Amino acid sequence: MRYLMLVSQEPDGTPVEEAEPIEWVTEMRERGVRQLGARLRPASDATTVRVRDGEVLLTDGPFAETKEQIGGFDLIECESLDEAIEVAARHPSARFGFVEVRPIWED
Amino acid sequence: MGGLIAEVEAAVADAFRQEWGRVVATLIRTTGDWDLAEECAQEAFASALERWPRDGLPRNPGAWLTTTARNRAIDRLRRRSTEAAKLREVATMAPVDAATDDGDDGDDSDDGAVPDDRLRLIFTCCHPALPLEARVALTLRTLTGMTTAEIARAFLITEATMAKRLVRAKSKISNAGIPYRVPPANLLPERTGGVLAVLYLLFNEGYAASGSADLVRWDLCVEAIRLARLLADLMPDEPEALGLVALMLLHDARRAARVDADGELVTLENQVRTRWDLDEIGEGVAVLEAAAQHGRPGPYQLQAAIAACHTSALEAADTDWARIAELYARLVRLVPSAVVKLNQAVAIAMARGPAAGLELVEALESSGELTGYHLLPATRADLLRRLDRPAEAAAAYREALDLAPTEPERRYLARRLAETQDAASGR
Repeated sequence: MRYLMLVSQEPDGTPVEEAEPIEWVTEMRERGVRQLGARLRPASDATTVRVRDGEVLLTDGPFAETKEQIGGFDLIECESLDEAIEVAARHPSARFGFVEVRPIWED
Repeated sequence: MGGLIAEVEAAVADAFRQEWGRVVATLIRTTGDWDLAEECAQEAFASALERWPRDGLPRNPGAWLTTTARNRAIDRLRRRSTEAAKLREVATMAPVDAATDDGDDGDDSDDGAVPDDRLRLIFTCCHPALPLEARVALTLRTLTGMTTAEIARAFLITEATMAKRLVRAKSKISNAGIPYRVPPANLLPERTGGVLAVLYLLFNEGYAASGSADLVRWDLCVEAIRLARLLADLMPDEPEALGLVALMLLHDARRAARVDADGELVTLENQVRTRWDLDEIGEGVAVLEAAAQHGRPGPYQLQAAIAACHTSALEAADTDWARIAELYARLVRLVPSAVVKLNQAVAIAMARGPAAGLELVEALESSGELTGYHLLPATRADLLRRLDRPAEAAAAYREALDLAPTEPERRYLARRLAETQDAASGR
């Protein structure tokens, strides 16, 4: 099954070096788990797009005003949720922020 | 003829209790479809009610029911022609069934090389990615065959809410890829602890209920004990499963004595001990001894050992509080929770006097861990009363009364408060 990992870090206070996922990325790529992924620019650089009555409406910032914001994502291929949980739990950000694991809607 | 029908109905009811979980568990494995499994199991039992009076009881009711349910599943899947792959999978399970036809209880398995489907089902229902309340409900629905309406009544919520909870849990299992399996060795200890916790929660839901109005909730205790026994049978190398069975039996043995004729709660020291179920106590102690043979003590075995100290005392005054305090000290090392520490404080108060207990209770209070938990002020009140400090005791009883969650507990605390106030005013 494929899952999208939405990786978040606490906006401040995270020791940057420890949250560095380079080792995790290498390991999961070699294991054949991680298919793609990227780090995202901060939520302050986000633009939210909606279309209402044919008009494009733009808002500066993310669509959810929460303290934690998505800092990156990884698309992983796992045998089951148990494996996805294990993979997510090994991501360094899981120790400081959180990782949301969402199954991909497959037909 | 009426006698025969009654006999057959009793046989079906018995088969329902014995076999429901097995039939559902097997069908889930082979079809991957939880709803289909439940529906077909239901139809198989309905069909048994119809055919067993006519054809006589099958030699192996469990195998008959599984085969019938499987045939229903094949029929239904055939009608939904798009699911050809599933159909092939279900159809191939025939030989497996033929083998278990003679195996009966499945005791012939080679050291659990092929796990019982019910064990897969228990672990899946109790998967930690599901909300706790859904784990409990799903375990009841799929393993014991309690209906959604019965489960809803037992948990004091509407049937619609319970149905929604079950639907959501089942769709998460399939959509999120929660595996239908007994976890591998690296996950097993943690997940087993999770299953034991769900079963104990289930038991406590029923046990906390009191009075005849709550009879339906007492069923939860019965089901929890059955499930714990099943788990212990399916995991013979897990002494904590036996420990949980023992713990439940030793609590359950005191159930009748916990409430008096007026539905009032009776504390352990005031219970009429002749109302305790001696057979159940004997069994609980024997199960606990069997668990101890493994030489791997754990929280459930320790709690059962504490319960056994209580049930082995013919009178409250005979209770071996020093041993109970020692068992709590071991339990605190394994489970350093504030509630366990509070119980330890009570045991120490009984073993070494209320002043020693009060010291621990006050330490707990200043830690703030149990803020809002009614038994904290209730315990302090009790110790202050025994130290002959009635004014402070009354204040603590009042505090506990504000926090107590159930009516019988509030009435009990109100009685104690009144007594203490009388004492304080010197009457």
